[in-house]
Parts: sequence; C-alpha cells; structure tokens
Amino acid sequence: MDKKKNIIFTTVALIVLFGAACAAQFGLDAYLRRVANLCMIYAIIGLSLQIVNGFCGQFSLGQAGFMAIGAYVVGVFTVPVELREKVFYAVPMNPLIADIQMPVWLALIVGGLLAALVAFLIGFPVLRLHGDYLAIATLGFSEIIRIVITNAQSFTNGALGIKDIPPLNDARYIFVVCAITYIFVTALINSSYGRAFKAIREDEIAAEAMGIDLFKHKCMAFMFSAFFAGVGGGLYGALLGTVDPKNFLFTLTYNFVLIIVLGGMGSITGSMLGAILVTGGLEFLRVFDEPLEVFGMAIPLFRPGFRMVIFSILLMVCVLFWRKGIMGTEEFTWEKFKKFVKNPVGYWKGDEHHG
Amino acid sequence: MDFATLFQAFSDMTFVSFCQHMVNGISLGSLYALIAIGYTMVYGILLMINFAHADIVMMACYFAFFGIRIFQIPWFVTLIGVIVATAVLGVVIERCAYRPLRDAPKNSVLISAIGASFLLENFANYVFGGRPLRFPKISLLAQNISIGDVRTQFICLCIPVVLVVCLMVLLHIINHTKTGMAMRAVSKDYEIARVMGVDIDKIISITFVIGSSLAAIGAFMWGVRYPGITPYLGVMPGLKCFIAAVVGGIGNIKGAVIGGFILGLGEVLIVAFFPALSGYRDAFAFMVLSIILFYKPTGLLGEKTTEKV
Repeated sequence: MDKKKNIIFTTVALIVLFGAACAAQFGLDAYLRRVANLCMIYAIIGLSLQIVNGFCGQFSLGQAGFMAIGAYVVGVFTVPVELREKVFYAVPMNPLIADIQMPVWLALIVGGLLAALVAFLIGFPVLRLHGDYLAIATLGFSEIIRIVITNAQSFTNGALGIKDIPPLNDARYIFVVCAITYIFVTALINSSYGRAFKAIREDEIAAEAMGIDLFKHKCMAFMFSAFFAGVGGGLYGALLGTVDPKNFLFTLTYNFVLIIVLGGMGSITGSMLGAILVTGGLEFLRVFDEPLEVFGMAIPLFRPGFRMVIFSILLMVCVLFWRKGIMGTEEFTWEKFKKFVKNPVGYWKGDEHHG
Repeated sequence: MDFATLFQAFSDMTFVSFCQHMVNGISLGSLYALIAIGYTMVYGILLMINFAHADIVMMACYFAFFGIRIFQIPWFVTLIGVIVATAVLGVVIERCAYRPLRDAPKNSVLISAIGASFLLENFANYVFGGRPLRFPKISLLAQNISIGDVRTQFICLCIPVVLVVCLMVLLHIINHTKTGMAMRAVSKDYEIARVMGVDIDKIISITFVIGSSLAAIGAFMWGVRYPGITPYLGVMPGLKCFIAAVVGGIGNIKGAVIGGFILGLGEVLIVAFFPALSGYRDAFAFMVLSIILFYKPTGLLGEKTTEKV
C-alpha cells in the first residue's frame, strides 16, 4: 500500500474517531465521559514518556513533575480574576501575575513551554547520567518541582491547591490535542531526529561514532517529552478542576511507566492502547474496592485498596512474563490491519512464525 | 524572603542548641547510613536500584508493631523476629521479582523493582490500612536523658553505636570471610566470578539477607525515634538513602555511611540555621545529589569506571 493511501486511511480514521468523540461528548453520561477523557490525557502523557524512554532509551521518571508545571500554569492563569481572592485566601496572589488571565489553549501551550524550559535546565546536569542514575535523578527533580510548588505560596497557593479552575470536560477538545500529539510524535519519530533517537537507544557509543550529537538529541527528546507532559498535565488539571501538589507525587509517574510497558516500549500506537487499557482497567477494577456480597455473604477480600494491589500485581506479571507488551517496538499499520481482517487466524500464526 | 530573616537563626544559635542539632543530625545520619548500606550492596552486585528496599524498611516497622503491640512479645525478642522476617522478605522479593530477569535488559529490571515497591506499598495500604499506626513505646529506649543542657532520647545515643557495631561486623564479613570474598568477586566481575565457581544465586541471596537485616535494624530504631508508621513511610527516607549511597560512591559501603551522614547532618543543620528554608528540607538531598553527580559522577569514594565498547 502506498504512502498516499496510508495518509488517506489515517485521516479517515481520525475523522471517524473525532465523530466518536463528539458522540461521547453528547451521548455518554458524565462518568464515562470523564473516563474517556482521562484515557486520552493519559495517552498524551504516555506518548510523552515514550519519546524519552521508548525511543531515546533514556529512563526518565520525571513526568509527574512536568505534569505539575503544566497543571499549575493552567490552574494559576485560567482561574477568573474575580475569583482569585477567594482561592488565594491564605496568602494573596503575587501582584505580578494577579491580573493575567489566559484562555485554556494558551495556558496549555505556556505550560508546555515552561515544562520544556525546566527540562532544558534540568537536562544539563542530569542527561550526562545513564540508566538507574538518570531514573533516580529525574525522579528527584520531579519531587523538587513539587516541593518548590508547595513552597511558592504566593504563586501557587502552596499546599492548599488551586480550586475553581473552569472545568474542561469536553471530549472533542481533548481529542484534538491528543490527535495533534499523536501526529507530531509520529512525524518526529519518522524524521532524522527520530532515527537518531533510536540509534542512541540501541547503542550510545556507536551512535556517537556515527556523528550523532548525544547531548543535543537527548536534550531534545527530554524537552519534547516535558512539553507534552506539561500539556497533558494542564489538561489533567483542567479536567479535575482543581490542582494540588499531592496529585503530582512521583508515584503518578508509575501509571505512565505501566502504560508504555504494557503497550510496548518504543511503539506509539502501543502506548495509545496501553493508555486505554490502564485507565479503563483502573476504573473497571473499582468494583474490587467496593464491598461485594454473594448470596448474602460478604466476601472479605473486597475492600478499599484491593484495586491497587491487583493493579500492581498486574504490573509485575506484565514485566516478568510479557516483557514486550502488546506491540513490542512494532506499530499499527494498515497493511497489517488488512492482513488481519482477511485472515485473523493466519495472521497470528504467521506473526508467531516470523518472530 | 529577605536575608535578615534568613540569617536570623545564626545569631540565635547557641552552643547548646548547636549540640542539640548535632545529636539529632548524627542519629538521623546513622539511620540513613544503615539503610543506605542495603542499597549500595545490592547495587554493587546486581547493578540495579532495589526500589523495594524502602518498602522493606516499612514492612519491618509493621512487623515490629505486630510483634510488640499485637502479640505482646518483649521488644528484644521481637527485634530478632523482625530481622529474620525482613531478611526472608528481602530474599523472596529477589527470587520473585529480580531473579527471573537476570539476563533481561536493564530497563526491565528497573521497572520490575518499581513494580515490587509499588506492590508492597499497596499491599501494606490494603492490609494494614492507610491510617498511621503508633509504633509501640519502648520505655527503655524512648526515655529522655540529658547530658548537660542537651536533652535527647536514649535511642539517639544507641543509634550511632549500633551503626558502628553493624559496620564492624559487616566489614569483617566482607573482608575476612570466604563469602565476603565471593561477594567482592561478584561485584567486580559477574561473569568471571561465575566461571571461577562462585554460586551467584547464593551470593545474591546472602546480599539481600544482609541488606534487609540492616534495614530491619534501622527500621526498628526509626520506629522508636519517629513513631508514626504508614504504608508510605519508607518512600522518602528510601530515596534519600539511595542518594546517600550514590553520593558516597555506589557499591562502596564506607561511602554509603559517609553519604548517610552528609545527608542526615546537612538536612538537620540547614533547617536549624535557616528556618525559613524548612519547607525545602526534602529537596536538600536532591540538590546534593545533582551537585555531586555533576562534579564527581561516581560519588565521593567511587571508583572511576570507563565504558567498554
């Protein structure tokens, strides 16, 4: 199938999905719509983690911090000016920013850019590290961001959090952002930069010998990753309608690690699927948190907290027995889809045969 | 925040309050050191961050709580029981979460370690509840004593002594026994050690036993000193202890102790001298980490390594 057809198919698919998002906006009840929105937001952040972890091979755990930056920019600048006195009741807002109000889209972009700037500053000391060191250092910086936010009370309202953010529970809006992210990341990965990222992932020394500027490319991947994490975080804050430093503990990053592991490290469509499975799964598992009675007998296992135990066991099972995830490093393509539709049984058999 | 308030505490600081802060700092530093040794030993041999170590500390606190409070066992018997139970837990984690991935890419092992830590936290949250429990009061250890004008708990004096004893035993094991020799060999070169007939799996298990036992001792004293126990109690200290291990030079036991003291003392003294910065207390460790990694990427006592193609 040639490239033109591919593009047409993808465009049609995106339009159909947008239609689905419109239908979701008007047809679904508030709870399901919220879950769908959360899926898309998690997909954005999963993709952002995928850029640096999956494609560039640099294990970063800083996503929660970048999300916090994006969410706080949305929180600080979209709350209507007249409500601010009520929100910042403990310490008045810093006069520098007290009168600035932005529409959501602008706040998202500013949040993403700010996150990318912070990533650039952090990247200087951090990106010289490898493997576990990098993981712990990025995790540390994500905590520092959170601590700074907690302490900069006149800007962020500190530990009280920001309430009264105009809620954005609009599936169409979030879908558009998600689609833009998808298209951008796909284009990035298929460009020469993307190939350089993959080369760094496979072998840093060989990549350097081939003339790839390691630091520049790592920093770029890290900044793009932070940008989209910031945008996703901004949407997350707007969806919740409130931001609070406790929402952005570094354990939040583990959700996205699970998403990319489940979807397959280094697969864009995989992490989309991973996001849907993880978010949907976490919601579905909520039944385990509620007391369950069978024939009038309460089953003692079912009580709050059981959901997260199952979730973490699933994560472990995934890592231990299913390391490649759903897609491995493969991508969804229309050719494969066509083959699959024509002969579903033979497709899986052939797939196993090849690899 | 202006500089006058920032430096206010300097002029208020007296010798007695300085000593007071030093005592607190040294006891905190010793606790960090005990836990950091576990991180550094596992890293030295398996080249991975044992993220679950922090949660092993947390579980040890709960074991102690159950031993003393629920089963009414005397605390010194409980301490031994806690050490055994925690060592078993450490080995079980290694068997289930790390051994199957011995030959897997490093990122998989890292994710598995994160998963193990996440599982332990959620398990504790589910079984013991999220409400903080109060570590049972041990009147001998928790009694207040005063030396001159410096007032402290008896446990604060015990902690450094226990650390020194543990360290001496550990260094003896590592430097003067056959097992210790095997451990050093494995951390130097995994493959060659295996070829020379070292039972790798056994050595790794022993490493986990030692690391977890030290974590158990540290956790017990942590509980006496800071009595609120929650499922997430280990997370922050665990991160700081890993940082202590990195700062000292990972894989190096003395380095871990030095790192532990730097972080413990630094954290207490910074808050003592600059009370205005007390909100940034937890950020201190990460600042130290980034400064050290920037200037000396292998840590204070770490060996220089070159990357081989």
